[in-house]
Amino acid sequence: MSYTKRFDGRKFDEMRKTEAKIGVIKRADGSAMFKIGDTIAIAAVYGPRKLHPRFLQNPSKGILRCNYDMASFSVPDRKRPGPSRRSSEISLVTAKSLSPVLDLSKHPNAVIDLFIEITQANAGTRCAGITAASMALAHAGITMKDLVSSISVGKVSDKVVVDLDKEEEDHEEGATDIPIAYSPRTKDFTLLQLDGNVSKKELKEALEMSKKGCEEIYKLQVKTLKDHFKGEGK
Amino acid sequence: MMNKDYIISLIEQDKRLSNRKLDEYRKVELSYDVSKNADGAARCKIGDTEVIVGVKFNVGEPYPDNPDEGTIIVTAELLPLSSPEFDLGPPGAQATELARVVDRGIRESKALDFKKLCIKKGEKVWMAFIDIYTINDDGNLIDACALAAIAALKNAKLPKYEKERVLHGEYSNKKIELTKLPITCTLGKINSKIIVDPGMQEESVLDSRLTVTTADGNIHAMQKGGEKGLKMEEITQMVDIAIAKEKDLKKLIK
Repeated sequence: MSYTKRFDGRKFDEMRKTEAKIGVIKRADGSAMFKIGDTIAIAAVYGPRKLHPRFLQNPSKGILRCNYDMASFSVPDRKRPGPSRRSSEISLVTAKSLSPVLDLSKHPNAVIDLFIEITQANAGTRCAGITAASMALAHAGITMKDLVSSISVGKVSDKVVVDLDKEEEDHEEGATDIPIAYSPRTKDFTLLQLDGNVSKKELKEALEMSKKGCEEIYKLQVKTLKDHFKGEGK
Repeated sequence: MMNKDYIISLIEQDKRLSNRKLDEYRKVELSYDVSKNADGAARCKIGDTEVIVGVKFNVGEPYPDNPDEGTIIVTAELLPLSSPEFDLGPPGAQATELARVVDRGIRESKALDFKKLCIKKGEKVWMAFIDIYTINDDGNLIDACALAAIAALKNAKLPKYEKERVLHGEYSNKKIELTKLPITCTLGKINSKIIVDPGMQEESVLDSRLTVTTADGNIHAMQKGGEKGLKMEEITQMVDIAIAKEKDLKKLIK
């Protein structure tokens, strides 16, 4: 059997409906929300601020510290609140996906704290988190070379698709999930993870698809930020 | 941070930072489109303070002393995303107090008929996990959390339970019935003045704080906070205000 029609009727290279918003958390120095299909991520940036404990301080550059967390009620089976092995790993790769566009040497001894909360989950949460986080960093006025956009691609049964939903991830004939983050201006992939089984050809196809997807998300990020700052100027 | 003396001098003149009366709440809003995967959820905003609460049901064993009663478990996560003052890590004292005050309001008012959450006496009961997440702390998290919690519970649906398994995402037609709507009101005292719904900057100058949970004018839970004591007449005055506020806040719950 092959996957000829997507469960929700999308084209294979079509992502779910997206929505973005800036300034969703007043207390934060920068914040953003990103929604893709039924997945909702919010991100807040605090800093650059003094890094504690002090022994972690680096006089030559600041650090970006990420924390990714899922609300207990964001998933069908209640998740125990608090950190997990999964969330620690995602926090780490999120920081690594964003730091290439930052110039941390500008912030000696400081930390930029980035918090991501998933309030509703239907696959692709780390990508939604990175997309929101990138906008939150820009909103906080952190110097950036570019925004980072993120989308998951993968293979469902025998088809390469963009933006897998939960039903596709759980496809009975197997699914390969490839979360990607990409910086469109520098053309750098800053996040690449994979679990599953794909051929070299399929991977290439998936990466091309993710580039297209990220460029689409990038446009939304830029537009949302521009609209926000235009409104502030009035 | 604004000058503390300025905040105090304003209150001395019966004025407040946000241009409201001493016994006036900021704008309180409830909404429900928080998370599709929750069995019940609500978002509460009080001014710029924002919290979300989700309810998830699971089946577990009852406590031996109440073999025919279900139970609620309230947790609160003071997300570092919501304030520069919150740190990562296991819940600290403030989060624990917050969760327990919300828990007591619901439990002690008997808002829920816990006996109706029993599936099989002594063996299987419904457990309602009420999980609170703060999104933006601009003061008075307690009232926002308590209001969101009761609103989320009021809109919660019980999942289907078949062959000893909970079918998450599928719902039985059993609704959660609330016999009462406990409402929590937090008041602060500064010098001789009493204010309702202290904002973040006001919280930093409070001498003491009193949280009162009432339902139909009866008091079901109280919690005093802050460094200084309260006089008898101050307490009764605060309770009177809380009971008056109950009526207004209750109307917001749909």
